[in-house]
Amino acid sequence: MSDAFVKLSGLTLGYGRTVAVPALDLSIREGELIALLGPSGCGKTTTMRAIAGLLDPSDGTIEIDGRDVTRVPANKRGIGLVFQSYALFPHLSAHENVAFGLRLQKLPAEEIRARTEEGLATVGLTGFGKRKPAEMSGGQQQRVALARSLVMRPKVLLLDEPLSNLDARLRLEMRTELQRVQKETGITMVFVTHDQAEALALADRIVLMREGRIEQLGTPADLYARPETAFAAEFMGFENIFRTEGAAVVSDKGRLPLAAVPQSPILAWRPDAVTVGEGPHEGRVAAASFAGAHREYVIDSALGPVKADAAIELPEVPLGGTIRFDLPLATARGLAA
Amino acid sequence: MRHLATWAILGLTLTFLIGPFLIIILAGASDTEYLAFPPQGLTLGWYFKVFTVESFRASFVLSMALAVFGTLAALLLGVPAAYALNRYDLPGAETLRTVVAAPIIVPGIIVGLALLRYMVVPTGVTVTAALFMAHTALVLPYAVRVVSSSMNNLRADMEEAAVLLGCTRLQAFLKVVLPNIRGGVLAAFILGFVTSFNQVPVSLFLSGPGVRTLPIDMLAYMEITFDPSVAALSALLAFMSLAIVFAAERLLGFSRYV
Repeated sequence: MSDAFVKLSGLTLGYGRTVAVPALDLSIREGELIALLGPSGCGKTTTMRAIAGLLDPSDGTIEIDGRDVTRVPANKRGIGLVFQSYALFPHLSAHENVAFGLRLQKLPAEEIRARTEEGLATVGLTGFGKRKPAEMSGGQQQRVALARSLVMRPKVLLLDEPLSNLDARLRLEMRTELQRVQKETGITMVFVTHDQAEALALADRIVLMREGRIEQLGTPADLYARPETAFAAEFMGFENIFRTEGAAVVSDKGRLPLAAVPQSPILAWRPDAVTVGEGPHEGRVAAASFAGAHREYVIDSALGPVKADAAIELPEVPLGGTIRFDLPLATARGLAA
Repeated sequence: MRHLATWAILGLTLTFLIGPFLIIILAGASDTEYLAFPPQGLTLGWYFKVFTVESFRASFVLSMALAVFGTLAALLLGVPAAYALNRYDLPGAETLRTVVAAPIIVPGIIVGLALLRYMVVPTGVTVTAALFMAHTALVLPYAVRVVSSSMNNLRADMEEAAVLLGCTRLQAFLKVVLPNIRGGVLAAFILGFVTSFNQVPVSLFLSGPGVRTLPIDMLAYMEITFDPSVAALSALLAFMSLAIVFAAERLLGFSRYV
């Protein structure tokens, strides 16, 4: 990609002898909001720390805005990082926290004051400047951390699990806030998360990582609708994933016939893609829960458990009761082996 | 019955803790030419006389200087040591901790004798220099331990945040770590100061012509003169220690650190 703003080439990262990320290639466009998504230990945080300069790569290069910064120390790289723990300086007020980096640049006092006020205003904390971090809520502390990075006008802003420490209401608020700040400032942002819902809601593009490698890269819509591997599908909420053999799906427990011979070696269905109440197969209800607009069943079938969402209009089947269902080829997602 | 036992234990404990203190205060105020308890007649004369004894004044200055500069030196070594032990997974960290704690464990008599026999005598280091080194070493364990405990709650990512905002590692330490362990450093200083000032066994061996710490000087004084001024001086020193610890407690919650 020629318009890469951040470009990782053959980036190899490790701690001691263990290699956490082998030869990663990734291009990020200017102004993009990218999510590094994956389970813990997939190398997403390691990659982020390497971009920030907190971890030296054992091989490969990092380019930012056309310049090779692989050997540039972290304090000269011009990259912001909002830590998962916020990492505010507890002995300084919110205002002093935000002004910290500007003071190091020895800017005129008036400019420092103006930019600090502006930074606090950007995150909606005007008037909170005098408070110490310990006197602020988690959400407010995170905004201070965000402002502290933003006032430095970084080329790239990195965010480590930006929503994971917030409660559900604040999470939504902060999500909106991050999107707004990103649109207003046009800053390139990379955030790390293990929560696919967060990545889907926030990112322009998602980099799904697994064991230090990119499993799949695409827009949220892409990844949600068209995962390419079983790993990606599972991460995107395809809870029924089975191998195929001829005109049947099989598991360790047994097999169920399909209407035709599928083209893919693996098929996956989201719970809402499973037909309930009719169909050629039969199972017992192992678990059922009411979820408002639908009912969630776990059906004990010849394949083992099948998760299925049933429309609320359908009659409720009690625990242990027999239920008919189908795994239709039309709603299945075919995956590579 | 249990109630009575509780009070008895409490009373005994307080008697043994505070009793000696009360005895020296009163003994120092006895209007006699010799140390007496209970005091016979009361006078503040001995308390004033303390300040006129030339050797007390000289040894007080030495003890003060040792306590201040020895503790400062111990902090200069101890704060970086505590930092390194906290932040880095050093090989042999456990060994280092033990070595650093050695001056607390090894009896002072042995330390003093060893320093005299194997440092002062063969190398000709002055007694004052040996005292300074010995006091620094004695205070070091407290400096490392107390500063370590205040550093435990300090997350490493705060320093990384400072670095990403433009700090060098040293600036990050000075601007972010140090202000947040200030209380621990002050507590270590006070603990070190008091430890050094009251130190007897090591200093006992490290005294020479005109070079004596105050406690040793007091011992020497008592061998010749048995007047109540030694008790008066002890009482004054106890008041000084008390005042320092009390001020420290009020200012920074000293007892949180020790």
